[in-house]
Amino acid sequence: MKHLPMTLLVLGLAVLPAWLQAATSGDAARGKAAAAACVACHQGDGSGKNNPSGESWPQLSGLDAGYIAKQLHDYKSGARENATMKPFAMMLSDQQIADVSQYYSEMTPKQGQGGHDASDAMLQRGRILAERGDWSDYIVSCKSCHGPDNQGVGEVFPGIAGQHAGYIEAQLEAWQAGTRKNDPQDLMGTIARKMSNDDIRAVAAWLASQPPRSN
Amino acid sequence: MKTTFIYAALTGALLFATALSANDRADDYIDTLTELGYPAPEDNELVHIPPTMDDLEQSDTHPEFKRVIRRGHDLFTDTQQLRGENVFNNMNCSSCHLGEGRMPFSAPVWPAAVTLPDFRGKNGHVNNLEERIAGCFTYSMNGNPPEYGSDDMLALSAYHQWLAKGVEMYPDKPIYGRGFPAPKRPDELSYERGENLYQEQCVVCHGADGEGLQVGGKTVFPAPWGDNSNNWGAGIVRLFTAAGFIKNNMPLGQPLSLSDQEAWDIAYYMSNQERPQDPRYTGDIEETLEQFGPTFHKHSLYGQRRETDGKVLGDHSNTGEKDFLRPDTVRPRTFD
Repeated sequence: MKHLPMTLLVLGLAVLPAWLQAATSGDAARGKAAAAACVACHQGDGSGKNNPSGESWPQLSGLDAGYIAKQLHDYKSGARENATMKPFAMMLSDQQIADVSQYYSEMTPKQGQGGHDASDAMLQRGRILAERGDWSDYIVSCKSCHGPDNQGVGEVFPGIAGQHAGYIEAQLEAWQAGTRKNDPQDLMGTIARKMSNDDIRAVAAWLASQPPRSN
Repeated sequence: MKTTFIYAALTGALLFATALSANDRADDYIDTLTELGYPAPEDNELVHIPPTMDDLEQSDTHPEFKRVIRRGHDLFTDTQQLRGENVFNNMNCSSCHLGEGRMPFSAPVWPAAVTLPDFRGKNGHVNNLEERIAGCFTYSMNGNPPEYGSDDMLALSAYHQWLAKGVEMYPDKPIYGRGFPAPKRPDELSYERGENLYQEQCVVCHGADGEGLQVGGKTVFPAPWGDNSNNWGAGIVRLFTAAGFIKNNMPLGQPLSLSDQEAWDIAYYMSNQERPQDPRYTGDIEETLEQFGPTFHKHSLYGQRRETDGKVLGDHSNTGEKDFLRPDTVRPRTFD
């Protein structure tokens, strides 16, 4: 929680939102009950689902609780736009958001799905983007913010290793198009806009094949 | 004149294609940089796009040499593996030298391999590449350099030299993108503006107290000040170097997005914070300033009173995580 105030400052929020003022700490057991509405898509084990022909549902298990909570609040406020998620987020109280976030953060993640048809060359390109970046196009590596093995850093930079390829692709495309912009200082948007479609597919396939952070 | 890389092992047809694509690659690289707002090379400048680790794998270099260069690259990008032995803060070489030491305007490291040995004002004698690398360990890593001629030192210098592949020794031309070129210093620097900007622009990665962030002993975001940062003898304590680094490289992925005034104000705020003692410290800050002020600390805030609280910066004996002040590589050479 130490960095939350600063994060908000960064976001330029002059007034503390209610969910922070409440200083809500999550309870995983209560979260399980509140998550009843989530399992249809995110599954009982939080592993979500890669849907090659439709909207992929991200794996939530093992993600940082603060990160999940922020996304839910952003769905509610409209800072992150998603027609599927908005009604579900609206149903959750601040306390329930803290609880479900805690619940999913404690679950053990599974291997990501999707990207299995990627060629070796494509996976290699994805690995380079994830671990080293491509500075000739000024594409900074995923690892430089998402941390060692891309398993996540605090509540701002989520673990992306082991996430579903379809979800990663959709998010990078959303940042590129400007339809997702709830990242601090446009850090992710800047990088996504430098990536080609092939880069996005490559890095999504590589990351999906990598081990998620183990709980 | 752009340097290209040609791999002799390739067949004639491939050779032709590769030479072309290397030229194209240099042009593409410059296009990327100029689109980001970096200046285009001047006609008289030496432009060199260093080889990548992929180029290494595809080359006909001796397998053992490849292995050593890979080792050098690995040490360069994860210098924390030498923590407690050679490195006593959270820095990796690549924390400052972005893009694995290859990026123009981010102090690319290959120029050291083609311009040294040479006289260096900082220590007043002729340095070779190993001694230059040792300087980074001494000051920027607040550490104790790997021994001259050791496996680690050789691997690091091999990586530097290989990045310079194809460049003439002691080039007469100025080098495009060398160092961290500083923007023009504004008339007035503001601690307060710098602090506010730091909180808005830098804190999400570098922390409210300049502590940076590590995960599992690996540095994700380096500490801009404090015990886990570079000491008072590192090049980046000079205001113009810090301003040049920030302007050309920060926030990560958004170079040149800050105004000159903003980059200098953030540099000024950062330079007003404490860090481990300069290894050249004599035990007395006035005496140290007399010795190293004219060549170095005239550009830093070392020994000056901080305007916010009157504290004299650097007036302490804190050496950070290490239990010694000065590694024995900090010594004069006389060649007598």
